[in-house]
Amino acid sequence: MTPGAGPVGTGGDAGTGVRIRAVGAAGVLVEVDDPPAAALAARQFAGESGATLVEVVPGARSLLLLARDPADLDRLRPRLHELVGARRPPGAGDTTPEPLEIPVRYDGADLHDLAERTGLGEDGVAATHSGSTYRGVFSGFAPGFCYLEGLPSVLALPRLPEPRQVVPAGSVAIAGCYSAVYPRSTPGGWRLLGRTAVEVWDPERRPPALIRPGTAVRFVPER
Amino acid sequence: MGTARCPALGPTPTPTPTLGPGLVVLDPGRLTTVQDLGRPGHAHEGVPPSGALDLPSHRLANRLAGNDPTAATLEITLGGLAVTLEGPGPARAIAVTGAPTPLLVGGQPAPLYLPVGVRPGETLVLGTPGHGLRSYLAVAGGIAVATTLGSRSTDLLSGLGPPPLRAGDHLPLGPPPPGPPPPGLDVAAAASPAAAGTAARPSVVALHPGPRPDALAPGGWETLTSAAWVVAPASNRVGLRLAGPALRTVSGELPPEGMATGGVQVPPGGQPVVFLADHPVTGGYPVVGVVDAEADLARLAQLRPGSVLRLAVGASPPATP
Repeated sequence: MTPGAGPVGTGGDAGTGVRIRAVGAAGVLVEVDDPPAAALAARQFAGESGATLVEVVPGARSLLLLARDPADLDRLRPRLHELVGARRPPGAGDTTPEPLEIPVRYDGADLHDLAERTGLGEDGVAATHSGSTYRGVFSGFAPGFCYLEGLPSVLALPRLPEPRQVVPAGSVAIAGCYSAVYPRSTPGGWRLLGRTAVEVWDPERRPPALIRPGTAVRFVPER
Repeated sequence: MGTARCPALGPTPTPTPTLGPGLVVLDPGRLTTVQDLGRPGHAHEGVPPSGALDLPSHRLANRLAGNDPTAATLEITLGGLAVTLEGPGPARAIAVTGAPTPLLVGGQPAPLYLPVGVRPGETLVLGTPGHGLRSYLAVAGGIAVATTLGSRSTDLLSGLGPPPLRAGDHLPLGPPPPGPPPPGLDVAAAASPAAAGTAARPSVVALHPGPRPDALAPGGWETLTSAAWVVAPASNRVGLRLAGPALRTVSGELPPEGMATGGVQVPPGGQPVVFLADHPVTGGYPVVGVVDAEADLARLAQLRPGSVLRLAVGASPPATP
């Protein structure tokens, strides 16, 4: 089998913008055009999880479905396109209805540098960052760390050339096209805008992650 | 008639502090962690699946000790563990499976892959395995440390679950299961893990293409599935790092996407990583194939650094719609 001949196990459907790639015998990676579609599909598939699906994992432009066994996946196959490519009114169902408000004290270690790089000034950076509504797209890096899309492009800067050994828990940070809240103290290379007292990760809470794929978020400056 | 005189009760007696039945760690060896079936179902929140890497050995140890498969065992990396059973309570069945180590119970040699009775006060000592990497110790009642998201597993990537064992730790045990261990176990087939691969006799696992075999430059898939890969020293519960011919990819970095246990990722350096249970849940480098059979993942769990591994082309995945 030569993969050079084309993606193995890929089904395509130009009409719905959905591509399906096999992940072993009991998994598929569904590529979608936009993250809202992945978040929406993830919520639709969430009804299946536990029974037949072990994991439903949104990516930036994809959805990974891992079934308990190949037979469970086969039962889902006929519905994959229907669920992932479902037509919907723009904006409907792709995020939680009311944005989650995260109070932020904009006093982060990189705020001054960002103010100078962007020419916005410190207040301008805070106003720009807090002026957008964000949407959780996918999780990674650490439990409860959810990548948020919606960052105004003027704030889109690469990660720090040298990551910090310690980023405090609750740090509100940006990198590339994303913003995020550090759930706990870890090393990290994102640029730090400020801090929130909100605990975005609590293993005793159900669900433990406050910000998940599909969660709408607004950052509110603290006085 | 007066009222009855109450005798002075005196101070409330302080109960003797006791930790209850447990294992006291004398020597944790190089790395010993608590493991069960892990915490799948939370990947969308950034939580790795975790859990015992060699699941058949974990289950077998529990069966031999009379436990449910969900009971927590100790995953011992390259032997070296010494623990003492502390009372109160009766003698308990224990079982050691996985990588075969010399086993001493109360100073006497004891068999692997069989239930062994241990009395309170007796010490278990595991030597260095002759081959393989990870041994599993089950104790009747299971290791009863607190759960996180329904699991007692140590996740070395995310830090969830109990930290790796340290000398002096006291690991509580659950109530021993009623009755003797189930009879009629046929453990011969599972008794010995696949011998660690050598250049002359490499370990072989089945590799399914996908999700992105097309991310490999022409000829890359053939190289991946024909080379003798050497397990690198940086391998751990997160992944098996393989050293061999450099693989080239055509796609570079991708929008981050979900990754499965057993996924073979090709980072820019071209040396593949096979993800094990504590793997990151999403990643941006292409995953070109998947090792997904439980028996194959168990083989990977038993490979020491320096072992030789071949990734054979597995059965094609079922057709997609």
